[in-house]
Amino acid sequence: MAKIKLDNIRHSYYPNPSSDDDFALKRVHFDWDDGGAYALLGPSGCGKTTLLNIISGLLEPSHGKLLFDDNEVTSLSPSERNIAQVFQFPVIYDTMTVYDNLAFPLRNRGVDEARIDVKVREISSMLEIDDLLLTKAAGLSPDNKQKISLGRGLVREDVNVIMFDEPLTVIDPHLKWKLRSKLKELHQKVKTTMIYVTHDQTEALTFADQVVVMNFGQVLQVGTPDALFERPEHTFVGHFIGSPGMNVLPVEIVDGQVSLGGHFLEVSSPIVEAEGKSLEIGVRPEFVRIAEQGIPATVVNVMDVGRHKVLQTLVGSQKVFAVLNEDQPVPEGSTYLTFDKPQTRLYKDGWLVDLTYEYEVL
Amino acid sequence: MKTENPRAWLLVLPVILLVAFNALIPLMTVVNYSVQETFGNNVFFWQGVDWFEQVLHSERFHDALGRQFLFTGIILAVEIPLGVAIALAMPRKGIWVPICLILMSLPLLIPWNVVGAMWNIFTLPDIGLMGYGLNWLGIDYNMTQSPLAAWVTLIVMDVWHWTSLVVLLSYAGLVSIPDAYYQAAEIDGASKWSVFRYIQLPKMKQVLMIAILLRFMDSFMIYTEPFVLTGGGPGNSTTLLSIDLVKVALGQFDLGPAAAMSLIYFAITLLVSWVFYTIMNKDVKE
Repeated sequence: MAKIKLDNIRHSYYPNPSSDDDFALKRVHFDWDDGGAYALLGPSGCGKTTLLNIISGLLEPSHGKLLFDDNEVTSLSPSERNIAQVFQFPVIYDTMTVYDNLAFPLRNRGVDEARIDVKVREISSMLEIDDLLLTKAAGLSPDNKQKISLGRGLVREDVNVIMFDEPLTVIDPHLKWKLRSKLKELHQKVKTTMIYVTHDQTEALTFADQVVVMNFGQVLQVGTPDALFERPEHTFVGHFIGSPGMNVLPVEIVDGQVSLGGHFLEVSSPIVEAEGKSLEIGVRPEFVRIAEQGIPATVVNVMDVGRHKVLQTLVGSQKVFAVLNEDQPVPEGSTYLTFDKPQTRLYKDGWLVDLTYEYEVL
Repeated sequence: MKTENPRAWLLVLPVILLVAFNALIPLMTVVNYSVQETFGNNVFFWQGVDWFEQVLHSERFHDALGRQFLFTGIILAVEIPLGVAIALAMPRKGIWVPICLILMSLPLLIPWNVVGAMWNIFTLPDIGLMGYGLNWLGIDYNMTQSPLAAWVTLIVMDVWHWTSLVVLLSYAGLVSIPDAYYQAAEIDGASKWSVFRYIQLPKMKQVLMIAILLRFMDSFMIYTEPFVLTGGGPGNSTTLLSIDLVKVALGQFDLGPAAAMSLIYFAITLLVSWVFYTIMNKDVKE
């Protein structure tokens, strides 16, 4: 087990990157605490897998250093780093039995057979594949194959980190929930650092203590699921997490006040000048209220999603969503909106204007 | 609902005729010869299974069959591992891939009798590069006199000509393995041997079986190259089955025994191929 430090990691798949756009990872500078359960969340192509492969050693970053407990491992091979990784699609050794598949990582490291037997049986009962142990792995169903891949990732107990690269893609929905809880349970038991890559916010938020949100080849925010919801530090985080996502509306500063299409708003952030960059406010639909007066809006659509209703309105030409309680009356036609001040924030160039920590802008 | 239209047979007729002309009729002609004796002038005498008995009991046939199995055994034992080894060593991406593939394909593109002629000249002790070179190095090499030299030359020639086929098939199997398998193996701490044994070999199995089957059939029926290279000599040392067959049929004009021999030859090839095919399919079903 180890603390993992990403020290100014950048990576480009091109031999001579000329601009920022050539970098799959623009700059990642971040520590993963020992024993944490992390989710790495972001849309496809945001650099998640690149970052994962850099940590596991399948890829050497073009810039920066990687440290495990202050020892540099940047150019060590995956086996020297002593990590485990589970891939998106099942990888099994066809000619071996399920038992031998699970024992393989241990046998390669010369663990004695008695110990292997204990570990293999422990993992197989956790994954509920005891009855498959003696069958050949080749003929199994995709989700059983993926369980074996998971098992091989979990069978070694001394690893520095276990990484999961969207491991439940091929698993049936009802099993997904079960396996995710199993992983969480296992994490609480063994306290190994786990990094879980996904583009599914539910998966990320249920598995992890800390969620790392990535996009555009950089880390946008690291925080607990609550923090990501309550205080998105980038408009993308606001968008990506939550259903529907945060309302992001372009604003101007007029006489030191925030103006949304001529209506002045109060925000919790300090007011800054645009200086040629984009200025937006972000407010989650949960904090948009229907009022007697305020910002004029037109109701476009109402979606009943069970516990609450989602109201879709237009303010000028901008879509604004509001969440209404089940018992709240639904307005029709023209209405007025207000935004809760503590939850209304100002974003400059996508970033929250009063970040508690600063990402160095390249 | 069943609709029957006798005219449908008319559409199949050309194919039936074609198959009849290129397979059935020649084969039946051979069967016809194998049970009769003829002295020309289209006069035939019924012999029954005499020729078959004669061939099966003839020492000459046994020797040729033995040489044939030895030859096929040796070239399979050399070409399959060598082909796999070369495929493993070939680059998987980059500019060298097409270059290697073209270099590998070259021997396969040369006509068989040209291959025989090339090697015949190549091994001449007085002017051939290899023959002269070996003798210059002090190795007494003359494949027209030494049976061992003739065999070595024959095998080297076949390896040179056909290993590429095994390489290309194995390579196709290798490049179809997803990267994740290698990555997982690396993380599992697998040795190079384990990667080969548990990932590459199982994934190559299908194409390897095809390679073995093709190489078996082709080498078992080989004629042109040894005919041009050694003509079956020195003595009878490289007289493989097909060469012997031609000697019996066209050299001695013993059409009856030659026909019986072809049918036995055909049956053996068919039988061994069928065994291979059954093993292959059994594995696929598992």
